[in-house]
Amino acid sequence: MKTLDELLHEHEFFKGFKPEHLELMAGCATNVIFEAGEYIFREGENADVFYVIRHGHVTLEIHDPRRGPIAIDTLQENDVLGWSWLFAPYQWHFDAKAVKLTRAVAMDGKCLRTKCENDHTLGYLMMQRFATVLADRLQQTRLQVLKLYD
Amino acid sequence: MINLTPQLKTQQLTDPMQPEPFRVKRVMKESYDTFTLEMEPVNSERLFTFAPGQFNMLYIFGVGEIPISISGDPNQPAMLVHTTRIVGAVTKAMSKLKAGDVLGVRGPFGTGWPVSAAKGCDVVLVAGGIGLAPLRPVLYQMLAHRDRYGKVVLLYGCRSPEDILFRKELEKWRARFDLEIFVTVDYGDSDWHGNVGVVTKLIPKAPFDALNAVTMVCGPEVMMRFTAIELQKRGVQGDAIALSMERNMKCAIGLCGHCQFGPTFICKDGPVFTYPQLQSWLAQWEI
Ligand SMILES: Cc1cc2nc3c(=O)[nH]c(=O)nc-3n(C[C@H](O)[C@H](O)[C@H](O)COP(=O)(O)OP(=O)(O)OC[C@H]3O[C@@H](n4cnc5c(N)ncnc54)[C@H](O)[C@@H]3O)c2cc1C
Ligand code: FES
Repeated sequence: MKTLDELLHEHEFFKGFKPEHLELMAGCATNVIFEAGEYIFREGENADVFYVIRHGHVTLEIHDPRRGPIAIDTLQENDVLGWSWLFAPYQWHFDAKAVKLTRAVAMDGKCLRTKCENDHTLGYLMMQRFATVLADRLQQTRLQVLKLYD
Repeated sequence: MINLTPQLKTQQLTDPMQPEPFRVKRVMKESYDTFTLEMEPVNSERLFTFAPGQFNMLYIFGVGEIPISISGDPNQPAMLVHTTRIVGAVTKAMSKLKAGDVLGVRGPFGTGWPVSAAKGCDVVLVAGGIGLAPLRPVLYQMLAHRDRYGKVVLLYGCRSPEDILFRKELEKWRARFDLEIFVTVDYGDSDWHGNVGVVTKLIPKAPFDALNAVTMVCGPEVMMRFTAIELQKRGVQGDAIALSMERNMKCAIGLCGHCQFGPTFICKDGPVFTYPQLQSWLAQWEI
């Protein structure tokens, strides 16, 4: 069976991370599995973790009392799920549901924040990677609201 | 390097200004605002040969004439097929046609998709909304000669699951082992278990060899612009990206100037162009 730092090393998000950083981060990691249909987190809950998706399919949803759940994004293998652990008040903004059986590595946010505070090189790397993810998502959201296909 | 330019040839016509009467055989509702017409010539046994990507001018008597791409199978020339989205007066009048009604057809006009240049390459089709209709003939053509191409990948984006065109056909194609079909919607309801997000999001993970791929992109201009950027980020060369442009048309044979876009006429030099041919004009206003 692969160790947690090996799993992190294989993931697109951590490409280029040094082995010592991966080892440090593996100390904050646990393997998790979500069944199809299972909610990974719900809007408003504490965001003290983020997920490195290894296999599966997750939707981000907003619940509208009139229309029910509306899927606004999907994440898959090699994506990361959740950035609310980085910023106060550390609460989820959406619901996240596994559509298929999903395997991921859960990263403890508090543990990671402490490690990033103590090792600013690691902190900078993490911020850089998350900034790229956020910029990509922002760009996609802009296109989505543009009604790109009309 | 894959160069698509020499593949884009215009088919010549004998009397391009004279509409020929065609009778509607069948009307199919594709979605709440999109329909497909199957038609046959009224007066002749004419077989309607065309290259995927070409369009016809469809004349609804007493209402007007508009350009619509051919969405049928190039290997079935006995039946002319068009898929149209209702946006204004002519498309609305066209949506009211029934089996047996007659309309005028001029064409086919314009350049086609670079289907021959794609031989031996992976082929990636990126469609947005109604943009799937002009690309469907490419899929028919490739399926008829499947061994000539590498991977054939369709990335299709639309607003919502209700907007998906040719749903049954897409499901059938998706079940094949020699086609890769990915559909994404901007917003999904609880019944939707597929991808959510814009079509450009599918590009980084789509299974194709960027250095040996021919890509064909069809949809609204903004979508094509961002798709071309994303394809290049993935490593696709600009001249391996073909786009289909739309402008209002009148003559469709390069005489009236209605469809001018920068230095080109869309009807005669296009509608299919390579990205480098259009790149400097695409982001400019009022062109
Ligand atoms: C080469 C070519 C191929 C085309 N192929 C197809 C096709 O296969 N299927 C299809 O449905 N359409 C296609 N079109 C677009 C089609 O020609 C127009 O939608 C049509 O001319 C609109 O006519 P109308 O009288 O119904 O609407 P209009 O009265 O001309 O327009 C009504 C409203 O719709 C807007 N509009 C006009 N054209 C478009 C458009 N293309 N997209 C979005 N909004 C528009 C106008 O700005 C206006 O606000 C193609 C256009 C070209 C140039
Ligand atoms: S429509 Fe007349 S020049 Fe193109």
